[in-house]
Amino acid sequence: MSTNENAQSRERGKAPAGERVADWADGRLGIYSLAKANMRKIFPDHWSFMLGEICLYSFIIIILTGVYLTLFFHPSMNEVEYHGSYVPLQGQLMSEAFNSTMHISFDVRGGLLIRQIHHWSALIFLAGMFVHMMRVFFTGAFRKPREINWLFGFLLFVLGMFTGFTGYSLPDDLLSGTGVRFTEGAILSMPIVGTYISMFLFGGEFPGHDFVARFYSIHILLLPGIMLGLVVGHLILVFYHKHTQFAGPGKTNKNVVGMPLLPVYMAKAGGFFFLVFGTIAAIAALAQINPVWVFGPYRPDQVSTGAQPDWYMGFAEGLIRFMPGWEVNIWGHTLVLGVFIPLVLFGVVLAALALYPFIESWITGDKREHHILDRPRNAPTRTALGVAWVTMYMITLVGGGNDLWATHFHLSINSITWFVRIFFFVGPVIAYILTKRICLGLQRRDKDKVLHGRETGTIKRLPHGEFIEVHEPLSQEQLFTLTAHEQYEPAAVGPAVDENGVERKIKRSEKLRAKISGAYFGEDQQIPKPTVEEYKEITSGHGHH
Amino acid sequence: MSSQDIPEENLPAEQDSHGHGGVAVADEKNPFADPGLPPHEHRIQDIDERAAKRSERAVALLFTVSMLATVGFIVSYVAIPIDKSIFVFPIGHVSALNFALGLTLGTALFTIGAGAVHWARTLMSDVEVADDRHPIAAEPEVRAKVHADFKQGAKESAIGRRGLIRTTMFGALALVPLSGVMLLRDLGPLPEDKLRHTLWAKGKLLVNMNTNEPLRPSDVAVGSLTFAKPEGLEEHDEDFQNEIAKAALMIVRLQPADIKDKQELEWSHQGIVAYSKICTHVGCPISLYEQQTHHVLCPCHQSTFDLSDGAKVIFGPAGHALPQLRIGVNDEGYLEALGDFEEPVGPAFWERG
Repeated sequence: MSTNENAQSRERGKAPAGERVADWADGRLGIYSLAKANMRKIFPDHWSFMLGEICLYSFIIIILTGVYLTLFFHPSMNEVEYHGSYVPLQGQLMSEAFNSTMHISFDVRGGLLIRQIHHWSALIFLAGMFVHMMRVFFTGAFRKPREINWLFGFLLFVLGMFTGFTGYSLPDDLLSGTGVRFTEGAILSMPIVGTYISMFLFGGEFPGHDFVARFYSIHILLLPGIMLGLVVGHLILVFYHKHTQFAGPGKTNKNVVGMPLLPVYMAKAGGFFFLVFGTIAAIAALAQINPVWVFGPYRPDQVSTGAQPDWYMGFAEGLIRFMPGWEVNIWGHTLVLGVFIPLVLFGVVLAALALYPFIESWITGDKREHHILDRPRNAPTRTALGVAWVTMYMITLVGGGNDLWATHFHLSINSITWFVRIFFFVGPVIAYILTKRICLGLQRRDKDKVLHGRETGTIKRLPHGEFIEVHEPLSQEQLFTLTAHEQYEPAAVGPAVDENGVERKIKRSEKLRAKISGAYFGEDQQIPKPTVEEYKEITSGHGHH
Repeated sequence: MSSQDIPEENLPAEQDSHGHGGVAVADEKNPFADPGLPPHEHRIQDIDERAAKRSERAVALLFTVSMLATVGFIVSYVAIPIDKSIFVFPIGHVSALNFALGLTLGTALFTIGAGAVHWARTLMSDVEVADDRHPIAAEPEVRAKVHADFKQGAKESAIGRRGLIRTTMFGALALVPLSGVMLLRDLGPLPEDKLRHTLWAKGKLLVNMNTNEPLRPSDVAVGSLTFAKPEGLEEHDEDFQNEIAKAALMIVRLQPADIKDKQELEWSHQGIVAYSKICTHVGCPISLYEQQTHHVLCPCHQSTFDLSDGAKVIFGPAGHALPQLRIGVNDEGYLEALGDFEEPVGPAFWERG
């Protein structure tokens, strides 16, 4: 035994240094079993799978640049006079937070660049998460076993919004202060507890001397700490579940086809980090963002026109702008519905997104694992619901920027606001109907292609004078890919009597589900995919298409 | 839920897929069968060593550019003064240092990424391979074992049998977070009637925000918008921000005949009216005044108020009119307040009533 070990260690002595370090680490961390499962892990390839990577990388960039900014930023609301190198603000009173932001922007070499990279990355992080979520939604990648990962991602999106908000409020400039004031107004609108929460959040009346320091610890510690945990969990689950893939030759629900992590995705994904970072650095060099010196320090009695939050808060801004100013006074109390309803709607609209996977799995009753992605057209109701949601979101964004629309396009602000009020309800309905029609049209086209082949554009004249277009039959690969999707039958309410002939109470939820299921999968809600019989009948025919 | 499960036969059948990636030749029976993974198609680099060499040089060139860009970053950091500005078409005048640092850093990073991706795409193997998936849920034996272990553990703890322990433990665990909640109490004071009062009081002069001088009626011209603060409130004061957030005032002069609201006329002085500048929607300072119509507009959410008619809301999301401050003129001819606002200024809240 001991000789054996000696022999082994002698051999090790000759092994390459890297191998010896790995052995050392394995003896203490067990890295070989981890590497065995993951080093050559297969990832499928599709352009849309890199959207999540953009989020991950911009998150890392935000942390790196954020740590740098904390080295110079003073989260304090003590009033100081400005004596930095930006001449127009000389001698002005401002908080230390604003003063140190000015210092970073004008007196620290590269400070402005890091500030701009930090802010641009935050915008891209949120935009990336939004688009990534849409990708997951429209391809049905949220289905079992990935519902929890959908929730992780959803939480990251929501927490990202609040981390962004607390972050851009820190410089205590005129623009961000206006946003904080809006937040205070929204909090005040909450029945019963509003004034208390406002007093506790601001340490007294608005603006007080506390909120920058409080937002600071929320922005750099509390929220990013939770988010880091969620990101790690999100990635572990991606690895554990293995990535989804689109249907195609050789790709099944029981395998994953692609290229290995080492070396291909190590290089592609690792390289992509640098591509994202490099691009954001270039944007930060070319495009100014949040020029706080233009806005000046915050004063609760001053404001600039065209005040806009960062884009991801534009949705909340829109809700608050188009809501009519309803106020109800009863029994000596005020219900500020004009502000409180938007606050509630904000939560409801987001919650709908979070819950959708569970709603759909209840409707389909499907408890199997799904690793093959849907093409959006093949899930027309889901796709239409998703587009309706996005339409509502976008119309609300328009409402959030109604002043900009008015000034840039010379429109009346009142008519834009009325447009948003009406289309907040009508827009999603139109979008739903249109999307569903388009999906069904695309399904029909797929069916035609399978049964009749591809239109070649070649016109042929037959001996008896008839003109026909030559259709080219699809390849085996295409035939499989276009017919690989599954189609559900609508769920029916079970028989009113059980097998013993005893009358059974039909639950209301069961009836409701049958109804919704019919709207999803019933007649005319999807185009039945071509059957083998149909295909044979046409292809064995007389070659006349 | 389980009573509503859809029977297996109602679920769609999976496409005939012949195991994982196995080749299934389309036959008479199923023309739509999975043909299996297509054969690998060689790239030019796989068969032509000269092309591969070209790719290698391209990757090396990108990495070299990155190194040069990093040197450029360091040179820019040292050489360019921080206050130098340059004109860059089409963005205009920008900080030279920020421009140089950003572009060199961006180039240094981007070319590393471009090199790595080009390397992966042209030189690393692009043969697609299939890995098996395994069900996420555990095998039935594992499941049974875990359940049994859990029951065993729970039984050994006697948590089910010793109800007294169980109840008191849950009670203790439920109560202990209250300490944490309690500790939050001193985050701020109670609201009491803080939101109901401002610095304005009988006899306080209206001081022009810009000139810091007390206002006389003659200082307020028809068609102008003047911002005012209560006398004694100075920028350097400890609580200036909190006080101005409530006390900020806007003053306009109308023709008394144009004032439609009776109370507004009574509370005005020679057509001069003073209204809270803080929007009753969510508290933005109102700053846009239309002389012809006497409308004021909040630039944040576009609530519009009619100053000639009690500052009633005529458009936008605000829920009630702007509070008016009752003003008059003192013995020396200066505009003064005749009391505090009679209702809370700013956004509405539950206790406002």
